[in-house]
Amino acid sequence: MSIKIEHLNYIYSEGTAYEKKALDDICMEIPSGQFVGVIGHTGSGKSTLVQHLNGLIKATDGAVYFNGENIYADGYSMKALRSKVGLVFQYPEYQLFEVDVFTDVCFGPKNLGLEKEEIEKRAYEALRQVGLKEKYYKKSPFELSGGQKRRAAIAGILAMQPEVLILDEPTAGLDPKGRDDILDQIAKLQKERGITVILVSHSMEDIAKYVDRIIVMEKGRVRFDDVPKKVFAHYRELESIGLAAPQVTYVMQELKNRGMDVDVQATTVEEAAASIMAYEKRQGGK
Amino acid sequence: MGIIKAKKLIHDYEKIGEDGQVEAVYRAVNGVDLDVQPGQFIAVLGHNGSGKSTLAKHLNAILLPTEGTVWVDGMDTRDEGKLDRIRQTAGMVFQNPDNQIIATVVDEDVAFGPENMGVPTEEIIARVEESLKTVGMWEYKDRSPNRLSGGQKQRVAIAGVVAMEPKCIVLDEPTAMLDPVGRKEVIKAARKLNREKGVTIILITHYMEEVTDADHVIVMDQGEILMQGTPREVFSQVDKLKEHRLDVPQVTMLAHELRKQGLDVPEGILTVKELADALEALEK
Repeated sequence: MSIKIEHLNYIYSEGTAYEKKALDDICMEIPSGQFVGVIGHTGSGKSTLVQHLNGLIKATDGAVYFNGENIYADGYSMKALRSKVGLVFQYPEYQLFEVDVFTDVCFGPKNLGLEKEEIEKRAYEALRQVGLKEKYYKKSPFELSGGQKRRAAIAGILAMQPEVLILDEPTAGLDPKGRDDILDQIAKLQKERGITVILVSHSMEDIAKYVDRIIVMEKGRVRFDDVPKKVFAHYRELESIGLAAPQVTYVMQELKNRGMDVDVQATTVEEAAASIMAYEKRQGGK
Repeated sequence: MGIIKAKKLIHDYEKIGEDGQVEAVYRAVNGVDLDVQPGQFIAVLGHNGSGKSTLAKHLNAILLPTEGTVWVDGMDTRDEGKLDRIRQTAGMVFQNPDNQIIATVVDEDVAFGPENMGVPTEEIIARVEESLKTVGMWEYKDRSPNRLSGGQKQRVAIAGVVAMEPKCIVLDEPTAMLDPVGRKEVIKAARKLNREKGVTIILITHYMEEVTDADHVIVMDQGEILMQGTPREVFSQVDKLKEHRLDVPQVTMLAHELRKQGLDVPEGILTVKELADALEALEK
């Protein structure tokens, strides 16, 4: 499912003392199957932006197209849109409400009007995808740990089999293991099923590891929009807006400053190690 | 004797069934010994469920030991008569800033603690000013906490504890819900308290980059202490940390990887500068 955003503007509390322009003339295209990272300081407009993508917030001005159709056109079914665009909020576990995990995951597909058999099939599949063990399916969501609740909540969205999956800081507050498990599963889904994934995150290391493209938001505008290497090359500008590049970027810059010919665009540990080893080999050969 | 000391601490959580009987027992902390010296900056790392938060709650008598003993400044936490003094000695800051702010104005929130302790008014005013200045929130003293960012709220919460003048502050994942800027602000405030006022800090976290300049790092796993030592000693054991799926700072990981591939760089590198120095040294 391709997404196109044209001159999108959004103003909070228009006409009051708290009026604030949250989105300022946003334009972008996201082709089907892309893994996109959205980063930005708190208040940069990143959550507001993604909430427009399933029609949860209606733009003050501008248009959003899904597969070429304007979602603000008369007669466009927002309900159909929301079945295709799954949005996982921050702290989604606060939205678990059913008596047990399995019933909770069934809630979404049930509302799509599917047959019972299909609903249950999807729920099992989604729970497997997030790696939640079977012994938890019949437990109350409140008996689960933080990481397990998070998985259950994400499964609830996956069971609707969205074509676009939007995750607003899905790993906030999780420990490193929980974080890796969830992001690995999402990356796997994106590859296997070809769905579009939009990941809002504060963690540059996570973003560098998973996404094809990074959109950097600042004060309601798009500051950078490029592949991770190119975006992290602007690490000084990123710092000035309260962000940072992955730590290896700083290592490579420091080495370069000291006269070592290494790839300053390396953003992961593997890339950096390969570049430094290649440099050392060249030195050894001299 | 240390400011905080635990001896063979065990904590069991009991699950009570509908009939009122104990259905299951879960051991969250299993025989932990701890001896924290005044003025130290201690970091406790571990996964969710490793027992680190349960341990933290023992350090100011929110929980009491199932077995073993915890002393706060020499006072046994089981001694009910000393509960107030224990909590004034070891203050606590929790994960969610929204759950620990109660007043509608920042300075009133900070005054709440010393007020309850019966501190005279003039002194409360002085303490509020001093603690808000320490955490860099003095200019927000007349604001409503509602309109602050997460990092700012968390610093107000810290100021509220500081105003009670505890010898020790336990911070239980104070940065888990904050963005990178908020995280830095909170850690900076904690370090400042430690260095300038000599307050003992016990920081529970899962962010490795927050612990690299602690005096002592404790890694918890399944209710027990898995490793402990200086940050360098702990982060020298990259394979062991990875095996337990704990994070290692990227620069430490990179140094480890280079070493595995045959470069002569030391283990336990913690900063960008250290790694650059080590690589530069190879050239000579």
